[in-house]
Amino acid sequence: MTALLFMLFLGIICGAVLSIASKVFYVYEDPRIAAIENLMAGANCGGCGFAGCSAAADAVVKGHAGPSVCIVAGPESAAAVAAVMGMDPGTAEPILSQNECLGGNRADDKYDYSGVSSCRAMAAFYGGKRVCSIGCIGLGDCVKACKFDALVLGENGYPVVDESKCVGCGACRQVCPKNIIKIRTMSDRLLSFNQDDAALAPCQQTCPAEINIPKYIQQIKQGDYEGAVNTIRERNPLLLSCGRVCPHPCEDKCRRGIEDEPVSINQLKRFAADYEMNSGKRLPIPCAPDTGRKVAVIGGGPAGLTCAYFLRRLGHAVTIFDMMPKLGGMIRYGIPEYRLPKKVLQWEIDGILNLGIEAKTNVKFGYDFDLGSLIAAGYDAIFMGVGAWKDYSMKIEGENLQNCYTGIDFLTKFARTQQGDSRLQIPIGKKCAVVGGGNTAIDCVRTLIRLGAEEVSIVYRRTRNEMPANMVEIEAAEHEGVKFHFLAAPNRVIGNEEGRVVGLEYLKMELGEPDASGRRRPVPVEGSETVLDVDMLVTAIGQGPDVSFKENGKRIAELATTRWDTIDSVNPETLQTNIPYIFTGGDSATGASLVVEGIGGGRRAARSIHQYLSGQPVEPVRNSLFKKNIDGTIFDSVPGVIKQKRAEMPELPVDVRIKTFDEADLVLPEDEAIRESNRCLNCCRLCYNKDRHAA
Amino acid sequence: MGYFELIIACIFVNNILLAQFLGNCPFLGTSKKMETAIGMAMAVIFVLVLAGTITWIVHIFILVKYDLVYLRTIAFIVVIASLVQFVEMFLKKSIPALYAGLGIFLPLITTNCAVLGVCVLNIDKEFTFMQSLVASFAYAAGFGLALILFAGVREKILLARVPKPLQDTSIGLVTAGMIALAFYAFKGMV
Repeated sequence: MTALLFMLFLGIICGAVLSIASKVFYVYEDPRIAAIENLMAGANCGGCGFAGCSAAADAVVKGHAGPSVCIVAGPESAAAVAAVMGMDPGTAEPILSQNECLGGNRADDKYDYSGVSSCRAMAAFYGGKRVCSIGCIGLGDCVKACKFDALVLGENGYPVVDESKCVGCGACRQVCPKNIIKIRTMSDRLLSFNQDDAALAPCQQTCPAEINIPKYIQQIKQGDYEGAVNTIRERNPLLLSCGRVCPHPCEDKCRRGIEDEPVSINQLKRFAADYEMNSGKRLPIPCAPDTGRKVAVIGGGPAGLTCAYFLRRLGHAVTIFDMMPKLGGMIRYGIPEYRLPKKVLQWEIDGILNLGIEAKTNVKFGYDFDLGSLIAAGYDAIFMGVGAWKDYSMKIEGENLQNCYTGIDFLTKFARTQQGDSRLQIPIGKKCAVVGGGNTAIDCVRTLIRLGAEEVSIVYRRTRNEMPANMVEIEAAEHEGVKFHFLAAPNRVIGNEEGRVVGLEYLKMELGEPDASGRRRPVPVEGSETVLDVDMLVTAIGQGPDVSFKENGKRIAELATTRWDTIDSVNPETLQTNIPYIFTGGDSATGASLVVEGIGGGRRAARSIHQYLSGQPVEPVRNSLFKKNIDGTIFDSVPGVIKQKRAEMPELPVDVRIKTFDEADLVLPEDEAIRESNRCLNCCRLCYNKDRHAA
Repeated sequence: MGYFELIIACIFVNNILLAQFLGNCPFLGTSKKMETAIGMAMAVIFVLVLAGTITWIVHIFILVKYDLVYLRTIAFIVVIASLVQFVEMFLKKSIPALYAGLGIFLPLITTNCAVLGVCVLNIDKEFTFMQSLVASFAYAAGFGLALILFAGVREKILLARVPKPLQDTSIGLVTAGMIALAFYAFKGMV
């Protein structure tokens, strides 16, 4: 009896203490966590990658995991969890496992594991006994860890993920001692940037858009052209345009180029891009579920289109505003038809707009609409990609005479004429001169030749070696009969009594000491004035952004700009401006630069805007490699390379092409493309495939 | 017996894991990773010191006084279980940092035989309050020592070529036996 009483007493005491404690020490916990935990299998297996079911439930409520996180309970559970969270189970982004180290066929050459059969053991013993600190060991711990048979060791001895079976549980990532298996959603993949501890070939480190070049070349090699297109599109939505006009800085760092000619990377990109266009269908481009956020993109050039494309794929609603009648910006109005046909460009832009991006054209920021109207219309963030459309002037006498034009103005007017706007027709002279040595100047001379000018010359104050234009463009202009006047600095423009230009007086120069840019500074030669007879003059000596919109509105006047009129960003890697909801990128942030630079900037800004819209701090990626190369990955010599000629670019013969605006450069034929893709050494950070067969 | 001998006896000679063979489930379960083993060791020290003293008080002031010693086991279980639950709630509210470190181990200890075993041993050896406090701490420290040693060994075993049938838990048990043999050498020291 006493025993019974005692136990009753003890039970009551303990119960009372605990119930009081649970009131006193109550910590608010989202009731959904308990609800979701009940819907999970309760096995505490950790297969989802979280420490037990309650941690997984917590992650779902916090949005770190999708409703289908529980890998044991199956689809009914996922649907029930989604119901608790008020989500649609079908819209959660699939999480996929990816092997970053694509190593090629060289595993056998490098490792002798003396019978050990576990990557983790190898990593613990010898750090993997590798030259490269990050690469795959290839003993397949990840394959053993996968409960879903989604991983197999491929024929090259590296794990390959079967995306249809992968559930993104992360078991493979946990066992991998090298951290090369990444579990990422599509959004994570789209927003990743080069990091200095990643498996990056020199070309991918150098590409401003950070395209996974070795991967798409391997895909072309295997005949998977659609895969190659998708690989490029994860980084660059303008592959048709870039494949035609990119000056391919990547090829300068190509390892094959050290011993041989570099791989023709850009032509392979064009090959893949043209394959898609000529196949008559568009590859589907998946987008993340709608987030309900709205972004305004000002400027429909390469940077704006790229930014819009990535934001749309991340689930945001995007509207592009552009001052011109059609989208494309400088690649439509600045790059001539013979380099990038408008039909091709339109096909590419249509593909981007098809994702559900709205475009409003013929509206200029600061005139037809302004910051206030965008904010009133409910836009959460703004991307300023207004480009660099203002030509610099030479500041010499007579440059405003009749028949004198500036480069961008001339190209734009001409492009608009060609696209059916006859009011802007420019009378073409017989003897034309173009001042400047950049790509715009070359575009002007090559356009003038096609327009029937009898004599076209370039006047440049340094020599051919210092010309900033692409070498292929300079060579093409030479072939087409352009006269070059080097070491000639315009002094004054001579007009006749009607105010028309009749001559350009220039001073001869000689090269002096190198200046800050490392180029030898031209010094004028006294009394060397020479007059060149011309009846039309185009000056293309550089251009900068037009920031006149700052005069229209108090808020926008606060936008910080540099002394070169570019829009200043707090950090060139995040591209956020001093007004937190305004981001920039492309020429308006960097000054006139490459298309591919604008594409890289557009994606960088898209990442920052996504961070801003989802309430995360706007900051660059960890260990960012921004425009640098990883130490020790740029070699002086590359043993094991057998010389093979690189694929020649097919082009229209000179006498045909100077009479027409048809595309001058042609696409590689398929067999040539495959041959060229075989020249790729499939480099990683340190290793590369040696040529196995004597030529 | 002085406190020094008591501590040596509890940590080494009568090590709760390797000499008395109590608490073997967490010994095998949480010894795969050093990090987990350290967390578990800390949690055990924390809970054992509390449980050892509280059960001593319950025993002397309630069970003995009302002549209910035969209810010892069931009373201790109820008290320890409530205590752990209480401590968990307290930590969660008041010391979130400690909770984050020990949180997931606390519920595991609720049903740990080592905890109950130490409480019962304290009573059986007729320790004073101070002695049982020190003994509880020392037993727990011995538990932690054995667990951390064992985790270190098991991390090394991962790198060794273990025959398939012996992998994981079975090689763990074999190793535990070997370490227990080593601890056998302390027998008779105190």
